Amino acid sequence: MNKTVRTKNVIHMVKRGSISRAKAWMIRGIAVLLSLLVCAVVIVAITGDNPLSVYGGIVSGAVGSNRRLWVTIRESATLLVIAVGLTPAFKMRFWNLGGEGQVLMGGVATAAVMIYLGPLLQDWLLVILSLVGAALAGLLWGFLPAFFKAKFNTNESLFTLMMNYVAMQIVTFCIVLWEHPKGSNHVGVINQKGKEGWFPSLFGSEYMLDVILVAVITILVFWYLRYTKQGYELSVVGESVNTARYAGIEVKKVIVRTMLISSAICGIAGALIVGGASHTISTSTAGGRGFTAIIVAWLSQFNPYAMIAASVFLCFMQQGSIQIATQYGLNENASDIITGILLFFLIGCEFFVRYRLEVTKVEVTEAK
Amino acid sequence: MKKKVLSVTLVLAMAATMLAGCRSTSSDTASTAAQSAAPAEAGTESADADAADTAAAAQTADAQTGAGIAKDDLKVGVIYVGDENEGYTAAHMAGVDEMEKTLGLSDDQIIEKKNIAEDESCLDAANDLVDSGCQIIFANSFGHGSYMLQAAQDNPDVQFCHATGADAKGAGLSNFHNFFTSVYESRYVSGVVAGLKLNDMLDKGTVTKDKLKIGYVGAYPYAEVISGFTSFFLGVRSVCPDATMEVKYTNSWADLDLENQTAKQLIADGCVLISQHADTTGAPSACEEAGVPCVGYNIDMIPTAPDEALTSASIDWGPYYTYAVQCMLDGKSIDTDWCQGYAEGADKITALNEKILPDGTADKVKEVEDKIKSGSLHVFDTSTFTVGGKSLEDAFNAGDLDSSFSDDTAKDTFGKSIADGYYHESDVTLNTSAPTFCVIIDGITSETN
Repeated sequence: MNKTVRTKNVIHMVKRGSISRAKAWMIRGIAVLLSLLVCAVVIVAITGDNPLSVYGGIVSGAVGSNRRLWVTIRESATLLVIAVGLTPAFKMRFWNLGGEGQVLMGGVATAAVMIYLGPLLQDWLLVILSLVGAALAGLLWGFLPAFFKAKFNTNESLFTLMMNYVAMQIVTFCIVLWEHPKGSNHVGVINQKGKEGWFPSLFGSEYMLDVILVAVITILVFWYLRYTKQGYELSVVGESVNTARYAGIEVKKVIVRTMLISSAICGIAGALIVGGASHTISTSTAGGRGFTAIIVAWLSQFNPYAMIAASVFLCFMQQGSIQIATQYGLNENASDIITGILLFFLIGCEFFVRYRLEVTKVEVTEAK
Repeated sequence: MKKKVLSVTLVLAMAATMLAGCRSTSSDTASTAAQSAAPAEAGTESADADAADTAAAAQTADAQTGAGIAKDDLKVGVIYVGDENEGYTAAHMAGVDEMEKTLGLSDDQIIEKKNIAEDESCLDAANDLVDSGCQIIFANSFGHGSYMLQAAQDNPDVQFCHATGADAKGAGLSNFHNFFTSVYESRYVSGVVAGLKLNDMLDKGTVTKDKLKIGYVGAYPYAEVISGFTSFFLGVRSVCPDATMEVKYTNSWADLDLENQTAKQLIADGCVLISQHADTTGAPSACEEAGVPCVGYNIDMIPTAPDEALTSASIDWGPYYTYAVQCMLDGKSIDTDWCQGYAEGADKITALNEKILPDGTADKVKEVEDKIKSGSLHVFDTSTFTVGGKSLEDAFNAGDLDSSFSDDTAKDTFGKSIADGYYHESDVTLNTSAPTFCVIIDGITSETN
């Protein structure tokens, strides 16, 4: 047997022991720059438009006027509150994929309050009732999967996912009750004349109440997670159920309690959408935000500041896309492509934050 | 060896990417200079917008006194539910283009917002168009209605025109208008074409008399759709009296897959001809696959289904867009409800697919069209159909139809619209420009999913 020994270069993935914050952010910065470059290439290749002016169009569409700025803020706040709502469940490693349904149920509850109690009660009472009603409706949608998970160890991913479809059917049913004209499947703007149950304008902006509520909820949730015993318990359950048991934590109770909080917040998001923005209900009221929020939560690794940045970023792109579609006659899909490329780089760069690549020489023995 | 090939390929790929990167940077820098003007441009645009805004306010005041807006100062906003890939919106875009040409406006005077959903994004879009200085704003989908109404309340100096809605009459706002065309006329004519094809199939023995069932892919179970399929069916029956029809709803205006599946279901149920009131090419492509003739909506479906598409009922929105924008230029007020039909060129059918239609179809179509234009043929002639075995008049008076109406006002309007032996559909003196015929007549089975 003849053997030859030769050396060659190989690339190793090496897990970083620790990385300085500055370096981590530098990697992310490079990723953003690279993604913008790739986007520019794509824009030039597909449309022939100047990429910088297309980026300019996105910026102008998202923040170019007072009204556009507020719409972007409103959309970001809504997405953020859903992501914040999902966070406690995710921290407990409870896969709440039911945000969409919980938001819809909250929306239905709010619409019901506006329609049935609108003529009877004061506006401020209606707003409070719709928030409470929405929280309860969302909570019910979270309680069912949590209860079955705690009691029978059912798979919560499937359970919460399926609950979305049930919620959609309930919305469809309610639309038949409330639609106008008959058969049109459109509820239209609720209480358009008297604006009963609409969120009031605060400090000159009709969306200020949304923003305040979202800010309060976000602060409370992160305080709860970081500084309370319950917050600690749920992260222990998330790390290891056995450890939690050993430490004397009542796992079942924690599962149900955490999921109630999570889903109630998603329900409130439904109230913010229906009472604070759209004033109508349809099966697309949640508009996929229950799923987008999952990306927001994981992308930011449950860091509240990163979560704000991620939701603002996604909504910024979404609002900007409407503008470039108008300005350049591009299809909205063009901006989906841009967002897709940006997300690819942002998520991809986390690999380089955790690992580094090393080129090493190794000796290879080959049999001839 | 394999590894070497792989590594060479990888290196090549990387080099290519780098080169691409270089090219993009260089082209970037090259164009940076040119484009640094862009933000400045945007700035002036918004300044213009503010100026136009105040100008708009001043000019609307003028409008009442009869002075119009100067052509160069006019800005038109349009909100579409879809884009050029969706037939209904494509028809509207063609109408807007026609208006632009006829009136001699320039591209930058028309701001078009596409893919605007029927929710608060419509209100956002309308307000944004107001901010950009538009003096008149159109929206093309039914569900945009309440948001357009709200925008009209908030911006009394701007004119809002909403297609297919029925809110303007009751809203009492001078700046909120509805428009539609007498599309039931073009559906009737397309129905005649379908009926002639059925007769042809009957003659050739490909179907028997008891199997003459038509399938209809409808969007939503309300008046606009019901009126549409009823007029189509009456057109079919005027030449092929034994036909029946089955309607299935998709509960969406435009859903390619769902329309495709629904058409397939109808074909599986034994339908020998398919028509549609939904906006995509889903149904015609199912028909082409299954070898079943079909009648489309909005756009010519022959490119989609060359061997099966007979014709399409279609609307020309050009006359309305031209009319409304002309009103702005002339300083006239726009009709609260506007509806024109075949006679005025607002409705039509698309090209007949001669190779699969029997001889003489074009002549028959011409004859029917002439009768509709002259007013001697009424589509909803109550002697041509029954409801629950009774005439429309008797059924209405007996209260059989009460469950079809949302409220008493709708019922009263419906009652008043039955006169002179026919239902006065889309007659703005009696009802609204949007269709109001909401009764399922005998021979049609309609199923809500």
